[in-house]
Amino acid sequence: MSALTGTGALVRLILRRDRVVMPAWILLVALVPLGTASGTAALYPTDEARQGYIDDLSRSSLLILFYGRTPTPDLGSLIFWRSASGMVILGLIGLLTVIRHTRVEEEAGRRELVGSAAVGRYADLTAALVATSGAFLVLAVLVALGMASQRTPVPGAVAMGLAWAAAGILFAAVGAVVAQLSQSAAAARGLGIAVLAAAFAVRAVGDVAAQQGSGPSWLSWVPPLGWAYQVRAYDGDRWWVLGMAAVLAVALSGVAFRLAARRDLGAGLLAPRLGPAVAAPSLRTPLALAWRLHRGTLYAWTAGFVVYGLLIGGIADAAGDLVGDNQQLRAVMERLGGQSALSDVFIASSLGISALIVSAYAISAALRMRVEEAGLRSEPVLVAGASRLGWAGSHVVFALLGPVVAMAASGLTAGVVYGLSTGDVGRQVPRVLWGALVQLPAIWVLAALTVAVFGLRPRLAPAVGWLALVICLLVGQVGAALRLSQSLLDVSPFTHIPHAPGGAVPMTPLVVLTGLAVALVLVGLVGFRRRDIPVT
Amino acid sequence: MDDAVVVSDLRKSFGETVALDGLDLNVAQGEVHGFLGPNGAGKTTTIRVLLGLLRADGGTVRLLGGDPWRDSVSLHRRLAYVPGDVTLWPNLTGGEVIDLLGRLRGGLNPRRRADLLERFDLDPRKKGRAYSKGNRQKVGLVAALACDVELFVLDEPTSGLDPLMEDVFRQVIREEAKKEGRTVLLSSHILSEVEALCDRVSIIRRGRTVETGTLESLRHLTRISITADVARLPDGLAGLSGVHDLQVQDHHVQLQVESTELDLVLRQLTACGVRSLTSRPPTLEELFLRQYDGAQPVQAP
Repeated sequence: MSALTGTGALVRLILRRDRVVMPAWILLVALVPLGTASGTAALYPTDEARQGYIDDLSRSSLLILFYGRTPTPDLGSLIFWRSASGMVILGLIGLLTVIRHTRVEEEAGRRELVGSAAVGRYADLTAALVATSGAFLVLAVLVALGMASQRTPVPGAVAMGLAWAAAGILFAAVGAVVAQLSQSAAAARGLGIAVLAAAFAVRAVGDVAAQQGSGPSWLSWVPPLGWAYQVRAYDGDRWWVLGMAAVLAVALSGVAFRLAARRDLGAGLLAPRLGPAVAAPSLRTPLALAWRLHRGTLYAWTAGFVVYGLLIGGIADAAGDLVGDNQQLRAVMERLGGQSALSDVFIASSLGISALIVSAYAISAALRMRVEEAGLRSEPVLVAGASRLGWAGSHVVFALLGPVVAMAASGLTAGVVYGLSTGDVGRQVPRVLWGALVQLPAIWVLAALTVAVFGLRPRLAPAVGWLALVICLLVGQVGAALRLSQSLLDVSPFTHIPHAPGGAVPMTPLVVLTGLAVALVLVGLVGFRRRDIPVT
Repeated sequence: MDDAVVVSDLRKSFGETVALDGLDLNVAQGEVHGFLGPNGAGKTTTIRVLLGLLRADGGTVRLLGGDPWRDSVSLHRRLAYVPGDVTLWPNLTGGEVIDLLGRLRGGLNPRRRADLLERFDLDPRKKGRAYSKGNRQKVGLVAALACDVELFVLDEPTSGLDPLMEDVFRQVIREEAKKEGRTVLLSSHILSEVEALCDRVSIIRRGRTVETGTLESLRHLTRISITADVARLPDGLAGLSGVHDLQVQDHHVQLQVESTELDLVLRQLTACGVRSLTSRPPTLEELFLRQYDGAQPVQAP
């Protein structure tokens, strides 16, 4: 029996398990350049218009951070540049997919079951890498076809597809390495995401340095993420960078196989650390337990929103100038409240987007109760003398106040950075912070809806919570474009949130939404007090 | 003093599925009560009703003199519970879980905590995800047994423990019950454990109690195994009522007899010239199997 026996069967198992998720993200990602291309072509039809657009954008170092060095005014080159920030997402997908099919399986004990069959030592790792890389190559084909259909040169389209695939495959290989290091899948994910974040930061600093003509521009060439940007599709098509990426992916996979050969099943190379033998004196209430369970996620989200706030605040001033000489855009902006209000509009809509993202946090915090119940971890606490209200309330606190922390973080940092760029911090901080906080009642409604369903029909809580968020996303992002009727738009609580900063803030909708959230939470808590536990 | 647990005609359904169909259970103060039944008989459902987690559809339930649904929080401070499958939070250590659960209950005895950790040979510094099934179970046992409470509710608490640790568990329960006078409700599949520990047992099947009483009284109702070597072959044995599984080979006789017919069978055997005779009371296994074979419920005296 060779070390790869059974790889084919395991690849099929992965494709079977991911038969919905994998095609879904491939299609979704493949549509992004297509949408960007047709939109950009309509707004900036000529090379001159596109050059003006690029000149406006390249004044902001923050945009270079995100998108990399500025492109040529060629349509394809501009699209490659504009959608480059998506490569982080592709890296994330590659990383998580490989960890999901290696370390997660091992941690759950399923790898042991599979391994006892006629399966080679390296079959599972090989299968995970083959299936994930295969998915990215399919994506490459679709992206190339999509770009070619937008009348861009075919070699550029192929280079762009392959550059995207390279970003994903390189991080799939990184995932294979980190999956060998730690016993826990969560730690492997954390390690992999840290590598991704570091790669992004290093590349970003290098690109800004290159744009300004001074500083450590060589950092742009630090792999793995930098290389995908350096392919420069439609701007020279550097095929040799793709070759380097392929060599690196093979080398990283080799490292993963070497590590896998040196460890036992279920073990990691990093020894698990021991913790305290005695609990801290404060760990004595359901709320203290909830804090232990929620704090890691809350820290991570808050840190993310501090960065998001920095970016919004940093770009906001440049967004005011963005319109330049483009008549169409100017007309759009005039309707939105004039050029003077442009930065405000940008900030308000960015805060609206962050509110939708924070809602995901709020819903998942509320669903933590369901996770605990279904994992049979609620019983021991409830039988040890914690009241039902005390236990549920401890989690609801995080679902309701966690969003306050996250929104305040993004509002505060955005206000400070924007204020610094316009020179009136004292005026901008309260305005932008208020703009962030007015979003809260809508977030609370989604969290409270999840709590209510958890109290009444616990099995449906995840489905209802996430479906509600998807509906709000659709209504908010495409509702107006699809000309949905106002009554349909009104379904989303976010429709009722006033635009701030820069608009009048009527209190009535905020009070009504908050009241609705309170009522839903009460329904959930009363239902939870009366129902059977656990419902599994 | 009232019984620690009084359940009568308890009913509970989950949708179409009837889990408990008129179950009765009485546990006296200070006794170790065995709660036996096959998988799906309703043991865990009964325990969850007793703990106020599930709401009964019918019947009466009293726990330590209170209503487990209405007075759940105050009753929970007076009892400790170990589920059959202890699940831990992956990022909390075993020691942290033991302390948290103990403090929620109103405090645990630090000397007993240290003593139990040593006897169960458990490292409290490991994170929840790093424990094996048996060690997770030990975390649950230490968390419960280190508390000074009146009642222990144990739902198949030793699943996953090795025989050595199983033995430690028995010693600890004996100390608690016999010396400290605590009440224990022990649901179990391990019959030797029940035989070693329990004063009385209740056997349930399909959501109803089929037998309850002391082990002695239950044995009294059932068959005794007899093995004998005889000089002449007896001929009247097969015709006797109450004799089962009769096997005769040369001069060797093996049979099962209902306890009421024992006297008659012995007389037949001695008439044939007994050379050697072994009689053995039924093991709990035999008792158990007989109940689950679909035999009719028998009322204990």
